[in-house]
Amino acid sequence: MQTVLSIAIDALAYGMVLFVISIGLSVTMGLMRVVNLAHGAFAMIGGYLASYATRDLGFGYAPAILIAVIATAIIAVPIERLLYRRIYGAPELTQVLMTIGITFCVIGLANYAFGPTLKTIPLPETLSGSIDLGFRAIATHRIFAIVCGLVVAGGLWFLIERTAFGIRLRAAVDNAPMAAALGVRTQLVYAVSFAVAVGLAAFGGVVGAELLPVEPYYALRYMVTFLVAVSIGGAGSIPGALIACLLLGAIDTTGRYLAPEYGEFFFYLAVIVIVTLFPRGLAGRFK
Amino acid sequence: MAALMDSTLPTRRRPLGTLIGIAVIVAASVIGYFLFPNNLALLTRIIATMLLVLSIDLVTGYCGVATLGHAALFGAGAYGAGIVSAHFGITEPLTMTLIGAAAGALAGLVSGLVILRAHGLPQLVLSIAVVHLFHEVANKASGWTGGSDGLSGITTDALLGLFEFDLWGRTAYVYGIILLLIVFVLLRVLVQSPFGMLARGVREDPVRVAAMGASVHSVMLRMYVISGAVAGIGGALNAISTQVVGLDSLSFTMSAEALVMLVLGGTGSLYGAMVGTVSFMWFEDVVSAANPFHWLTIVGALLIVVVLFAPKGLYGAAAAFLSRRRGGGK
Repeated sequence: MQTVLSIAIDALAYGMVLFVISIGLSVTMGLMRVVNLAHGAFAMIGGYLASYATRDLGFGYAPAILIAVIATAIIAVPIERLLYRRIYGAPELTQVLMTIGITFCVIGLANYAFGPTLKTIPLPETLSGSIDLGFRAIATHRIFAIVCGLVVAGGLWFLIERTAFGIRLRAAVDNAPMAAALGVRTQLVYAVSFAVAVGLAAFGGVVGAELLPVEPYYALRYMVTFLVAVSIGGAGSIPGALIACLLLGAIDTTGRYLAPEYGEFFFYLAVIVIVTLFPRGLAGRFK
Repeated sequence: MAALMDSTLPTRRRPLGTLIGIAVIVAASVIGYFLFPNNLALLTRIIATMLLVLSIDLVTGYCGVATLGHAALFGAGAYGAGIVSAHFGITEPLTMTLIGAAAGALAGLVSGLVILRAHGLPQLVLSIAVVHLFHEVANKASGWTGGSDGLSGITTDALLGLFEFDLWGRTAYVYGIILLLIVFVLLRVLVQSPFGMLARGVREDPVRVAAMGASVHSVMLRMYVISGAVAGIGGALNAISTQVVGLDSLSFTMSAEALVMLVLGGTGSLYGAMVGTVSFMWFEDVVSAANPFHWLTIVGALLIVVVLFAPKGLYGAAAAFLSRRRGGGK
């Protein structure tokens, strides 16, 4: 019973972190049809910046998150303008190569700037302890990660379903030329959504640093996981991404607890089964 | 079907081109032998990787399947050849190569069956999942594969009973060149055959090929099996020349790097695959010897530049430039 509970909590926290990072990828993929393998690199940049802000500049945890998110989004805007805009609508192979190239560059530069060692982001007092539920103590950080995931899901739902920007975004997703003809500035929508997506990735990178440790090969190591999450959820769908991330988090965590000697065997087996059964994702509208 | 294709498409059978290709490969390998007599191991590794890149070209360049999991086929060939030598005492190099090709073809069949079920992003994800699955299986079955320590204890007899595999790697190098030449000629025949034309048709417009009465899935699956055999030969060559098979031959990184080499050289052309492999691996050797830290940064920058400015790759760009010069925009 204790094991089941710890698996459940860890799986939920892991799934939520996965969700926070990959929902941005899902939105940009649904919107701009770009297979962005460099998404994990932005999460990693966020993690590095937060680590630098807390450990070297002496900022607190909350300001560090803010700095990381905003700075990563600022870094991403020129990259979107100069590189990504050229590959919208290009064949997948082109997009894959360009974004792998960006990932390699970021890994090399991170290695050069911060060294190959693991970077930690010290947690504040309030998050580093554990909460006693009477029958079981739960690490506060896990709960924090879960709450963050829920807040992001709710916030995005509100942004997309209830605001004027959301209406333009959905219009551009459904039919970009028609939306442009009706006066939606799709280029601006693209740029803003890209910045939001990258900001979320950075946020997830910081919040999830306890579960997905920040080091130079982060971008390559988890790239596949994020891509799998989006592919299974169906690009552009918030509920799909949430379900997919929780499912993948559950499978991965359970596998690690119960059969660690098999590594990620069950994870990838499950991926193959799910993609074969739902080739368009659990809730996708991407072709 | 074949007659129809032959009459409607300009004929592309060019035996002269094949002869020139053979001459270029032989010349390049002789030059390589005399320029780097102490580094034949690297040259042999380049040839093995070249076979992998050629095999990716068959499915990516000719059939239009984007895959990031092709090292699974290469690794299957390497482990196939290594395991029969280390565990079953089959040490005849030709037999080992054939077994490697068969293992690669089998892996090609299995991964083709999985990967070809989806299109686009899900297909890419499936290919990644397949290579990771192969990797985990090889890691788990350490009794057979040596796990993360790598498979050691591979021994090989003398080639044809005459040429021992020496410490300098001369025999392995020459054997690699011969394998490459055989594969090159067979692939030239394959891609110019009606079946090769059909595969190009699938890449251009699968719906139309299906409407013409050909089975798209079967064409791609057959190509996957052939591609697996080619990659398996590469893997077997690697196992024979280095006498050890590591888990990295089944890794995602290897798949991604091989795809990068293909695109660097140019997809959809056998020469492009070979040019890309040589330039990438030579460049890697030079740069990573000078400064390993910047290797990834430079590869990344190189990739971005190639995608933006030379989408047809080095060979494609050079060929386009030459034909412009020669034919005045023909």
